[in-house]
Amino acid sequence: MKQLLAFIQKEFYHVFRDKRTLLILFGLPVVQIILFGFALNSEVKNIGISVLDNAHDINSQKIIERIATSSYFLFKEPVRNYSEIEKRFKESSIKCALIFPPDFSSDMMRTGNAQVQVITDASDPNTATIVVNYLNAIISGYQKELNPVGNVSYRIIPEVRLLYNEEQNGSLNFIPGVIALIFMIVCTALTSVSVVREKELGTMEILLVSPFSPVMVLLAKAIPYLVLSVINFIIILMLSVYLLDVQIKGSLLLLFIESIIFIITCLSLGLLISNVTNSQQSAMLMSMMGMMLPTLLFTGFMFPIENMPLIFQVISHIIPSSYYYIIIKAVMLKGLGFSYIWKETLILSGMSIFLLAVALKNFKIRLS
Amino acid sequence: MKVLGFLLQKEFRQMFRDKTILAMMFMVPTVQLIILPLAANFEVKNINVAFVDHDHSTYSQKLVNKIASSGYFRVVGSSTSYNDALILVEKNEADIVLEIPAGFERNLIREGSQKVNLSVDAINGTKSAIGGGYLTAVLADFSNSLDVNTKTHFAGREKMQGISITYSDWFNPKKEYKYYMVPGILVLLLTMVGGFITALNIVREKEIGTIEQINVTPIKKWQFILGKLIPFWIVGMIVFTVGLTVMYIVYAIFPKGSIAVLYLFAAVYLVALLGFGLLISTFSNTQLQAMFVAFFFMMIFMLMSGFFTSVDSMPPWARQISNMTPVTHFISVVRPIVLKGSGLLETKMEMLYLAGFAVLLNGLAILNYRKTT
Repeated sequence: MKQLLAFIQKEFYHVFRDKRTLLILFGLPVVQIILFGFALNSEVKNIGISVLDNAHDINSQKIIERIATSSYFLFKEPVRNYSEIEKRFKESSIKCALIFPPDFSSDMMRTGNAQVQVITDASDPNTATIVVNYLNAIISGYQKELNPVGNVSYRIIPEVRLLYNEEQNGSLNFIPGVIALIFMIVCTALTSVSVVREKELGTMEILLVSPFSPVMVLLAKAIPYLVLSVINFIIILMLSVYLLDVQIKGSLLLLFIESIIFIITCLSLGLLISNVTNSQQSAMLMSMMGMMLPTLLFTGFMFPIENMPLIFQVISHIIPSSYYYIIIKAVMLKGLGFSYIWKETLILSGMSIFLLAVALKNFKIRLS
Repeated sequence: MKVLGFLLQKEFRQMFRDKTILAMMFMVPTVQLIILPLAANFEVKNINVAFVDHDHSTYSQKLVNKIASSGYFRVVGSSTSYNDALILVEKNEADIVLEIPAGFERNLIREGSQKVNLSVDAINGTKSAIGGGYLTAVLADFSNSLDVNTKTHFAGREKMQGISITYSDWFNPKKEYKYYMVPGILVLLLTMVGGFITALNIVREKEIGTIEQINVTPIKKWQFILGKLIPFWIVGMIVFTVGLTVMYIVYAIFPKGSIAVLYLFAAVYLVALLGFGLLISTFSNTQLQAMFVAFFFMMIFMLMSGFFTSVDSMPPWARQISNMTPVTHFISVVRPIVLKGSGLLETKMEMLYLAGFAVLLNGLAILNYRKTT
């Protein structure tokens, strides 16, 4: 026991010696939380719009005023013809253009059918869809005002309730992803590099010839990173609660237990990588490209999994972080209990035991 | 000039010696460019809807059918109570619950208006906004179709002042997501390859100790940095060319604008990016450190570049940061050049930015490289 403590102490010395890496280790989650929380909005705002108003009448003016007061749009100089619109699009200074025909008002009065044309820059398809939704709502709102109720014989009024996220806090979706990513960086990348580094420097040999059991060597390597991850986890939770006003709806204890299981999975992955590689560079590349990228892609926190081709959906089922993502979303954001996530927990625990067993079994106690 | 020639010769020899790294430089981006756009799809479709129909009338049935046949939604179940439907949401099986109250048909006919409850899983903002929007549109469409069906009963009513909106989606009429993603991913991959490899380069010479041998020679600082820059610049341009080819062969996307302009931008951007990598490398002591510092900045650059979320939607301070990263300026020209056919005239500001970054970052790298410790 005393031996183990001494070894753990040695690992902590290694960690604390490299101040810059340590700074980034704790700086990364902070910066990510701030960026995701305050800078990256999935809401579409400040949409550049230009109007080609051939009508210049009271109705077109009123519609333009309404758009201007909606705060989603940012009016650019009006245009005089189509080629100017194209030029604006090519400069990327606008995302949509609104065109009123010359006889807008008289069409409206006489035939009851006036046409407005909306041109969107569909090179960004989601933004284009959202812009169309906004404009649709504004123009039909104006129309309703002109034709008071009674004219339209049937109306279905949707009452929208936003579940789990009444305030439309955009950062909610990202926090579980950020947590999973940080664990991957701290546990998998750092652990694998720290073991391989001892191999590269030759100090591994000294550890192996000591009377200390090889399994204990690995354990001593893993524990400091486990501690660092837990500290990081607490920092992320604190920032989410106090800075981003995210409520942790479920049990904090459950959240911790599940996270520890995932941390152990990541650590095992890191040890596994260190078994098969001999240089720091390849260990880094393996954990960055082989572990982090799939975490970003296939857990569903950036891109919806159900849109992916079937093969990717299959891949997402064998990646531990996608189960962790489901668990943490359920517990933290939806406030669900263990009965909803026992299946995912079981799979995650199974994976972590399997990976740990493979990593320990393959650990070579002889240097070739 | 002769000195530079020798330095280049040395760098190229080193590069070709390590076959695995060389293969990685070309294979990883190619494979990723083929795979990533398939996975990285922000398109919102297959929204899962659960119905709670308390009415069981012809109209409520019609509404359910209309939603199911609209193409955006997948009906995952109809429950008898709201709580049952909520369980589907909790299990991640449904995204939206539509609750049709009892008396839906009766109220619609008698009073002309009826509320329905829409409960949206709002954890994912984009999905809930677009899904809710689609569903609201289908509802409006449904009530209009009822309107038309029964219009004859209300003959003699005064004419409505109608405005109809026509839409045209320019540059990507089918709104296919790949056109948006592929050019962006190309930029990201070029950035990752260029940034990481140069960041690790000088620091590696430091770790191995070979940098001492260069430091004692009369090689000038700028010659050394340029000697590092040029080989990776050539690699970067080849990676870019490979990327464009993959884009054309796999995704059938051919740049609408001038290829020469695209290459001009790529050339300037690479100089700026490699300068940044070299700057990190001159700062760091170990490869691990360089890797983490590079990762830290790459992460910020990518998140702020407008690749994931639009720069326009960011708050002013974030837009300032976004403006100060080279990736932003490259992404914001590659997409217009490839998709809209923008020319140099429309993008000249971005060119100035990129050129500024190139000079600044490489200048700093030269200044920060110390031959004496």
